[in-house]
Amino acid sequence: MDKFTRVTGIVVPLRRNAVDTDQIIPAVFLKRVTKTGFDDALFANWRNDPEFVLNQPEFKGAKVLIAGSDFGTGSSREHAVWALRDYGFEAVLSPKFADIFRGNSGKQGLLTGVISEADCEKLWNAVEANPGIEITVDLPSQTATVGDLSVSFDIDEYTKWRLLEGLDDIALTLRDEQAITDFEAKRPAWLPQTIPARQS
Amino acid sequence: MTSPRTLAEKVWDDHLVAKGENGNPDLIYIDLHLVHEVTSPQAFDGLRLANRPVRRLDLTIATEDHNTPTINIDKQIADETSRIQIETLRKNAAEFGVRIHSLGDIEQGIVHVVGPQLGLTMPGITVVCGDSHTSTHGAFGAMAFGIGTSEVEHVLATQTLPLKPFKTMAINVEGTLRSGVTAKDIILAVIAKIGTNGGQGYVLEYRGSAIRALSMEGRMTICNMSIEAGARAGMVAPDQTTYDYLQGRPHAPQGTDWETAVAYWNTLATDEGATFDAEVFLDANDLEPFVTWGTNPGQGVSLSDVVPSPGDFSDAGERAAAERALEYMDLTPGTPLKEVPVDAVFMGSCTNSRIEDLRQFASIVRGRKKAEGVRVMVVPGSARVRLEAEAEGLDKIFEEFGAEWRFAGCSMCLGMNPDQLSPGERCASTSNRNFEGRQGKGGRTHLVSPLVAAATAVRGTLSSPSDLEGGN
Ligand code: SF4
Repeated sequence: MDKFTRVTGIVVPLRRNAVDTDQIIPAVFLKRVTKTGFDDALFANWRNDPEFVLNQPEFKGAKVLIAGSDFGTGSSREHAVWALRDYGFEAVLSPKFADIFRGNSGKQGLLTGVISEADCEKLWNAVEANPGIEITVDLPSQTATVGDLSVSFDIDEYTKWRLLEGLDDIALTLRDEQAITDFEAKRPAWLPQTIPARQS
Repeated sequence: MTSPRTLAEKVWDDHLVAKGENGNPDLIYIDLHLVHEVTSPQAFDGLRLANRPVRRLDLTIATEDHNTPTINIDKQIADETSRIQIETLRKNAAEFGVRIHSLGDIEQGIVHVVGPQLGLTMPGITVVCGDSHTSTHGAFGAMAFGIGTSEVEHVLATQTLPLKPFKTMAINVEGTLRSGVTAKDIILAVIAKIGTNGGQGYVLEYRGSAIRALSMEGRMTICNMSIEAGARAGMVAPDQTTYDYLQGRPHAPQGTDWETAVAYWNTLATDEGATFDAEVFLDANDLEPFVTWGTNPGQGVSLSDVVPSPGDFSDAGERAAAERALEYMDLTPGTPLKEVPVDAVFMGSCTNSRIEDLRQFASIVRGRKKAEGVRVMVVPGSARVRLEAEAEGLDKIFEEFGAEWRFAGCSMCLGMNPDQLSPGERCASTSNRNFEGRQGKGGRTHLVSPLVAAATAVRGTLSSPSDLEGGN
């Protein structure tokens, strides 16, 4: 996982509340066997609609999403985060995220910043007045800036630290690598071993 | 002197790599990681993306089970999703060097049947698999639980998991089971008693004379369904029954290693005076064959009872659930369960597809003919179980009875392969989940023991062996 400090890029206003993970990525895509290649699956049911915001040429190549309240509710599927990341999103701002979605995001390098309802409205207005405008989301200072509008966002200290350090769960555990190796050195030899397979 | 500890606490303590501080989880070492085709693809993909190897190939083993067909196994798998999942597992196993037992291999089968059968599952170890019924392995006194795909990746990469300690619950089952009553009836009764959430946050330890008297197959049936009570794991302390089952299996310790291992295993039982966070008591003497009438495993009653009425439940939530379940199941309150006719009988799944389960089923159907119009499917848990059954002539008994004798896999337990119920079909099933549509869209499932499944196949309505002419 790459270290996250700041992202600057096109920002998309998604004026909807309670976008659940089924809307972020419909269940039919869960049959896939990879962790990448979900960009076409993102908001798949809405993408058929030419009016849908992501279909507007101004927002091509967007990196930041500003969504309404209660983003990521519903099923705990990690695919929702994969799909957002694959599409190119590096940060999502919303007045409220579902807990599991937030947890999954933090583990996979997608920043979820909590902004106030009022700031959300201001950001939407600023972007809609000037579609295709860039935003800068700065993690150390916890600010998001569009033109001369700058708002602050909340993120818990632990997730912030992980994002800044670029630590996924595995990397985090591997900081204890020495302890694992020490533990392994003491394991009795008779414990199960799958290889080599003994003849029965 | 250390204070008295439970079995679960001892296994936990012996696998502590690093103690979590400030409310952080402990880091727990994993001794055995079982892998199958459904929950592993993205885990391997994650390793590939991050350029990480599998840390301990010697503690990892893969098999194919959820998607495998149970007939024509030499033909290409027709369903594309199933085929892709299986092909992906094979590719990943080859690329990373993981031992795999593919369809057609003598050790292929349901992952929870394969581990114990190879002697890989043993007392005092930690076992994980990307499947909730991993709790099965707790029958050996192992700490075994299901994990999600990102945790599968985590174990592949580090052989550890960050975990918060569980609470402990003792399930005391004392007494002697009547003839015709089995482990499946015990666990269905336990779940009916504590509810499908009753075990949430706990490791269950099954104790008492009725548990001690069970075979390993019976203990596995019980631990298997711990998850249906909301628990992540269930355990039984190892004893002579455990050792007799294990000794001589391909991966069991041998020679002086065996002596050392047994000496250690004998220290694992819960200490006198250790306290559990919760305790439940069940009288085995009173138990009758059990059956579910609803759409969760907690909605069960004795087979001699009638279909309950929503009004029987004082809790409003339970009442509403019962109403909905009865509608889905198309059952009328007050109907004796023994008058409920079935369309199908499924004998299989990781709950009941071991050789002893098949023998029990055979003991009832031997020399009989199945009821007309009932479709009976017998699916062994592993290729080896299938061979064992054939060596004993069980396949002939099943075929003469009119049952279909299939190849190993999960099959109609979840219907990811073509073995499914049609809408409206009613099935007596030895599996573990009676959720709406679990065995096929619109299918209706009654969970039962192998003995009840067999008697039901004979009479065509839900039945226990004692209902059969000439008895059992
Ligand atoms: S038999 Fe059923 S419960 Fe068991 S592993 Fe297969 S699908 Fe899951």
